[in-house]
This record gives sequence, structure tokens and C-alpha cells, in this order.
Amino acid sequence: MPIVNINVNGKLVSAEVEGRTLLVQFLRENLRLTGTHVGCDTSQCGACVVHVDGKSVKACTMLAVMADACEVTTIEGLANNGSMHPMQQAFMDNHGLQCGFCTPGMVMTALDIVNRNGNDLDDSTVRKELEGNICRCTGYHNIVKSVKAGAKTMGE
Amino acid sequence: MVENGIGVSVLRKEDKRFLIGKGNYTDDINVAGQTHAYFLRSPHGHATIESIDISAAAASAGVVAVFTGDDLAADGIGTLICGVTVTSDDGEPHRAPAHPALAQGKVNYVGDHVAIVIAETLAQAKDGAEKIAVDYGVLPAVTETARAADDDQVQIHEVAPNNMCFNWPFGDKEGVEAAFASAHKVSRLELINNRMVTNPMEPRASLGEYNTGTEEITLHVTTQNPHVHRLVLSAFNQLAPEHKLRVVGPDVGGGFGAKIFVYAEELVVGWACRKVERPVKWTGDRTEAFLADAHGRDHVATAEMAMDEDGKFLAMRVMTQANLGAYLSTFSTMVPSYLYAFLLAGQYTTPLIYSEVKAVFTNTAPVDACRGAGRPEATYLLERLVDVAARDMDLDPAEIRRRNFIPKDAFPYQTPVVQCYDSGDYVAALDKAMVLADYEGFPARATEAIARGKRRGIGLSSYVEACGIAPSAAVGQLGAGVGLWESAQVRFNPTGNVQVFTGTHSHGQGHETTFAQLVTEQLGVPFENIEVVHGDTAKTQFGMGTYGSRSLAVGGVAIAKACEKLITKGKKIAAHALEAAEGDIEFADGNFTVAGTDKAMNIGEVAFNAYVPHSYPEGLEPGFDENAFFDPLNFSFPAGTHICEVEVDTDTGVVEIVKYSAVDDFGKLVNPMIVEGQVHGGIVHGVGQALLEGCRYDSEGQLITATYMDYAMPRADNVPSFDVDYAPTDPPDNPLGVKGCGEAGAIAAPPAVINAITNALGIKHIDMPATPENVWRAAQGAA
Repeated sequence: MPIVNINVNGKLVSAEVEGRTLLVQFLRENLRLTGTHVGCDTSQCGACVVHVDGKSVKACTMLAVMADACEVTTIEGLANNGSMHPMQQAFMDNHGLQCGFCTPGMVMTALDIVNRNGNDLDDSTVRKELEGNICRCTGYHNIVKSVKAGAKTMGE
Repeated sequence: MVENGIGVSVLRKEDKRFLIGKGNYTDDINVAGQTHAYFLRSPHGHATIESIDISAAAASAGVVAVFTGDDLAADGIGTLICGVTVTSDDGEPHRAPAHPALAQGKVNYVGDHVAIVIAETLAQAKDGAEKIAVDYGVLPAVTETARAADDDQVQIHEVAPNNMCFNWPFGDKEGVEAAFASAHKVSRLELINNRMVTNPMEPRASLGEYNTGTEEITLHVTTQNPHVHRLVLSAFNQLAPEHKLRVVGPDVGGGFGAKIFVYAEELVVGWACRKVERPVKWTGDRTEAFLADAHGRDHVATAEMAMDEDGKFLAMRVMTQANLGAYLSTFSTMVPSYLYAFLLAGQYTTPLIYSEVKAVFTNTAPVDACRGAGRPEATYLLERLVDVAARDMDLDPAEIRRRNFIPKDAFPYQTPVVQCYDSGDYVAALDKAMVLADYEGFPARATEAIARGKRRGIGLSSYVEACGIAPSAAVGQLGAGVGLWESAQVRFNPTGNVQVFTGTHSHGQGHETTFAQLVTEQLGVPFENIEVVHGDTAKTQFGMGTYGSRSLAVGGVAIAKACEKLITKGKKIAAHALEAAEGDIEFADGNFTVAGTDKAMNIGEVAFNAYVPHSYPEGLEPGFDENAFFDPLNFSFPAGTHICEVEVDTDTGVVEIVKYSAVDDFGKLVNPMIVEGQVHGGIVHGVGQALLEGCRYDSEGQLITATYMDYAMPRADNVPSFDVDYAPTDPPDNPLGVKGCGEAGAIAAPPAVINAITNALGIKHIDMPATPENVWRAAQGAA
């Protein structure tokens, strides 16, 4: 079996994986980083979004071996010394989550939206950018508010 | 206002763990020695099983065991049940075919469970399943709701001729016929309530563990009601005695009804872990959710309204054919009957109503409650019919509603369809919604849109629903197999912090926050010192769970009652400690005070005293821990008016919701932030049904919408933000003055959206989902 070396949330991980192991399986099952979720099997729902070398990726669309020598950031890697990332805080402050299942993917996507679109976001940009993440609870209203608020705080 | 008490938008206690990736959903749990299960499912809509050969699968690498229906039957495991009886027009109970958890000689829908393969890894279990040889005798399938009872259709179950589960007439047939005969005008509408797949984002999962020493099974499962699961699995499925079965619903990623029911997978996993004496884990994938979660809605109906010259409703007649799928899911029979026909009065004084519901079996997944459950079907039918009536009478849709509303001084109001509404002010909600939506300004906006080549429409939906699903006496009379009260235990620890045990279950609703607000309000204990515990039969007392927007209206009251008992007991303790008479002790803001003095004890001190009773007199019981049950007198009846404004591009058929305004009466709001979030989510569930979602089977019973690529879920760019406000009334039957808010949006939104589209296009009707193709076709016809 191939061996992968991946920097996950700042720590180097070496592991033997089956070739068919998806990155999301590797994170959840090998590393027990269960914050990254699986909500579908067709790369539609976005619950598994993580960052690979700084860009958002649906972790069900790539194999663990493809992440060899990459830097992967998951939802568990955002909080700093026990305090939440401003985007995480914005989701809490704006009631941007209910059941919490889509939330990690939403937060990771939100950070990527900020990286690509800056800190001053309008509703239609956020809604268009969130197209790849499905939420059944919130109706998106408060997620949109959260992303905009988080983006603004990140710029301060 | 109490800090963090009732009426405050307190941020949620549960959020941090979800936001930092530390939620604890069933699939996140892993235990030593765990095996993985995979279910072999029927690829056919309808077929006999001539033979099953598991020998190659059992010998496959890593496979621990393979079981079929014969193994379950040999161990005396019962079939899955439906807990509510509906009496058919022949006086007999509804037809209830056996529902084996693993097929017995026949499969009845694509996704039906044939065998379980348990292996060291999931991949090995899947590989093993591929080696099971099943010889199927494929039969013609029944898939159309409207045609299922026709004579030319194949009969699915021996016990159900013409695929009829029940034919349930209800109401004053002769009276309605007489009213129709002499009416000034009759409006008529045929409509479909499209089948939905409920789709909570977390797929269902189960993890079973058997302790050979204690002979106890622990089943972690994605459930909205762990105690009901335990009760059914014990009493009806003979999985294990209740005291030897622990059911845990840990963090659950949304339910919307789909996780109420006891499913084949969890029964089989619970049984198999004892069989193989190793933990067994099953996690469904999304396609399995589409195939085998209980679906929602799926009605075909004809509705008629008789009116006088002024557009006053004289009588209504509704004929409905409802699809229950291949087998009866846990609460399926009550959805198109009691939760549907009893809501057909809506907000109106219609004095005579007659309804006939024919419930049919088809070769499709079982159909049961989905957010709103019966009430969205009733509301869609009624609010569409009212718009057609307005069109036929040449009245503004707001005006015809106004003329027929139950007046606010008529509450409590006895409808002709069983329900007695608690409180309401329907005019107030309509007026407020019309201001919020700038209804008056609509004609100008419509004209402006035409200049841009677009068609604008505005649609109203004035709904009423029955929430706080409870009164045990009422549901018992109707045929429910359970009581529907709720329980609570409020326990002080010696150091003064509080654990609140509730029989409800939170899977997104924020109970850990809302219920803590109730306790901080009533007992004066700081919010941060209160922990709400739910979802584990080993931790909490028996409870009925969460569905039907019942948790606050029923479970919240149970908590309040337990708090009252604590205050009563606290007075006794304080009287003893402060050397005063019990009658002289007053309680306010967390302090027990001797009236007219400055002698006082904080409730935390009382708790400590209760656990260190060094000098208690005889009769004063130690401990500070009370429980309570609450069984309400009536349902609660949230109501309101939602107004949707759309812009239709007639060249493409694309509908854009440009404004959506909601005014609801939920009674008192405990946490307005959470309530508003529930409204948003409900609306989008309803918008999804109206514009996007439609579950489709082909004529052979193949599910052709089995992934998110084929089944359109509402996404962020399909919907706008919402304007939400309230027009509360005070429900006299609810001690907390609350009504329930979880389903309102999903109930109100579909007719609001469709009424807006028909208004834009000037057409009588368009069926849901109003996809671009359907809207484009309608627009061509209307042009």
C-alpha cells in the first residue's frame, strides 16, 4: 500500500493507505478527524470541504494519495489557542447553524470565499459562492449573514 | 427581563462543539472491535425472491457474517410496525401487510432490504454483498398514486385488495352535497402534492454494541425519539427487554420527520451485534437515504368550494388519494388522515366539510411524516383553492380571505373537522404581512417588471397548523398506540448547578439553549450553570421525542412544572433552615426570603442544604431533584400569513423569488433568534417543494431521482433573504403561552409561491414543482 505524508492542521502525518481511500475517509477514519462530514456520494453537498494547499476542496473528490506532500486544513485546525476563528464566531453570533452537520463545510467554504473575494461581500456573491454547499436547516438566510460578518471581521 | 431568560435571543450553547468540529454524530463514534455492515437491497420495484445463495459472500475476504430474513425470523424478531390505526369505510382497521426488516420471499420497492453483510471493513462488506446470488422473479410494478387502486394494477400485498390501505370518509357528506346544490358558485381544482425526499443532511446510521456480561445492547442511532425507538424495538420487535436495551441519539444532523421512524437497518444492526458478539456499524450513504428513508407528501386530490354571492364559503369537498409506499412506516397512516383532514378548515369559517381519503400501497419507498406532515398537504390544497375561488369570484385574494376568516373574538373556535383552535387573530397577521410585503405597492412593481420583459406575481398563504402533538386522550381515541405527553427532570447538584433532563430530542432546534432559558427565568440560576441532557435512554427518563413542533409546547411545560415543584420543595427547606413558617417563604429571582425580613437563602444554598441534611426534621425529604410529566388539553394552533412575490422570465421559465414576507403567531417567543431561524428553514423547505423538489419513480419502480444530481435541493442561490415578523396571540391552553414554530414555514410557503406564480402568469393552476420547464410550458399556454 502507498504511504502518504500529509501536513494536517500543522502536523505531519505519515500513513499507509489503500489506493482507493478518499481524502475524506482518510481524515475521518484514519486520523479520526470527524469534524469533516459526508453528506452525499456525488460531490454535491459540500459537507466535506477542507482546504488543500490553501484552496477549498470537497474531500470526497480526491484520493488521500493525491494529497501527498500537501497541507490540509480541516475545521479542527481553525481555532487558535482555544478561541474560535472569526468566521466560526460569526456563525455563532448570527445563528448560522442549526443541526451543525453542514457547518464545517460551510465554514471552510466561507473562508475560501473570503480568500478569493475579499472582506466586503454582498449577498448575491455569497449566495452564488455557496452554491456547492447544501443546508437543510437554516434556509441560508443566516449563513449568508454569517459569511458576510465573518469576512468583515477578518478584514479588521 | 431576566438575563438570558424568556424573550432574549441568547446565543446557542450547542454551537461551539459543532463549529470546532467536535460534534458527536453517530458515524463519528468508533468502538474497539467494530465491524461494518452493508445492506444488500432490492434492485427491483416488485419481485419474488426465488432463492438466495450467500455461500460465496460468507466466504469472501473479511466477511464476518451474512444474514437474511430467515435468520431474523428464526430468532423471533418481529416485523416493523405502524403505530396508528385508521378505520376504513368497511368498519375494519386499515390493511397492515407484514413488514419484515429483511425480505421474506418478496421485495416490494427498490431499496427494500434483502440481506446484511458484516465485515471487517466497509469495502469488504460491499465486496461480499456483490457475491450474494439472488434469483428474482420480476413482477409488474405499481408506481402511480392516482392509478394504484385501479383494477388493472397488480396487487402488491395479499391482505390489501386493489392496493387499498384504507378508504376514510370524514365529515357531513349529505350536508355538503346540499350546500353545493344550492350554492351561488362552486370552484374546483385538481392538484398534486409532489412527493418529497426529506433529506436531513446527516444520513441515517446505527452502531450496535452487545455486552456479553450484562446482556445489554447499546444502540447509537440517528433518531428524533430514542425512547420510542427503544419501546418499539423491545415491545414489538423483541430485540431485547427495555431494561436491557439502551438507545442513544447523540448529535443528530437534522431530522424533519425522517428520523422519527423505526427502520429496518437499526433493528437488524441491533440484533446482529448480539449475533456476532461484536460491535456492528452501519452508515447509510445518500443514495440509500433516497432509496430507503421514508418519503413525504405524494397526494393527488380534487378540491371544491361552494360559495354564496359574497364569496362566503358554504361548504368544501375534498377527495384525496394518498400514497403510503410499499409498507406502512411507523406513523404513516395518521399523516394523510388525522394530520390532514382535521386541518382542512384552515383559517376559515367554512361550516361544512367533507373529505374522503383513499390511502394506497405502491412499489415505492414507505411514505410518512416530513416536516409538517399532512398539514402542508391540507394547507396547499386549501390555500390554492381559495385563490381559485377568488379568481372565480373576481375578488382580491386578500379580500376573499378576510371575508371568511374566523374572527378573533370567536376563539376558542370549534371547526367542523374535530379541531378546536385555541387562539388566533388572523386579520392582524394578514394586515401586518400586507404591510411588510408592501402589498399596495405591488401593481406598480408589476408594471415596472413588464417594462423589463418580466412578469411579477404576488401570492398569499394564510395557514393554520396543529402543533404540540400531544393530548394523549385525543390521539388515543383516534387510534394511536402511544401516549403523547412529555417528561422532564430538573436536578440540582449539591454545588448548585442544574441538569435538565428532557424526553424531547434536539437535532438542530437548539433545545439546549431554549430550555436553559426557561429554567434561568423560573429559578434564577445563571444560564451558564444549566445543562440540558437529552437523547440517551440511560440518562433520561422516558420521553416521547421531538416532532410536530411539540418540544417547547409540551416538553417545555414539563420542565416548567418540574421547576414549580422545586420551588415548592425549596420553600420547605428554606423554612427549616431560616427557622420560619413555610407559608412565610417567598421565592423570587433565585432567592427564598422570609416575607417582610431580610432573611434569605439563594436557591443554590438551598440545593446544598438539601444534600447535606444534618438536622432535617421527620417528613422533610433530602435532595433537590424533581420530575414532571405534562399532557396538554389540546394541540396548539400556530397560524399566520406568508406573502411571496416572484418575477417570472417567460422566455426561460425561471422563477425568482424577489420578496418573501412572513407574519406568524407562535404565541410567546422564548428565543426570537432561534424561532426566526426555524421560520427561515421551514420556508426554504417549502420553497424547495414548490420550485425544485420532486421525487420520481419510473413505471418499473426505479427511483430516477436518487442523488443530488437528479433531485434538486434548494441551494443558497435559489432563495432570497426573508422578512419575518409576528402577530402573537395568547393560547389559553398552554401554561407557557407558546405554540410551536418548527414546521410553519414548510406549511405556509408552497401555496404562497404557487399563488404568486399563477398570479404572475394569469393562470388558474400549475403543479409543483414549478420547474423552469413546467413554468415555461404554462407561460406558453397562457400567452
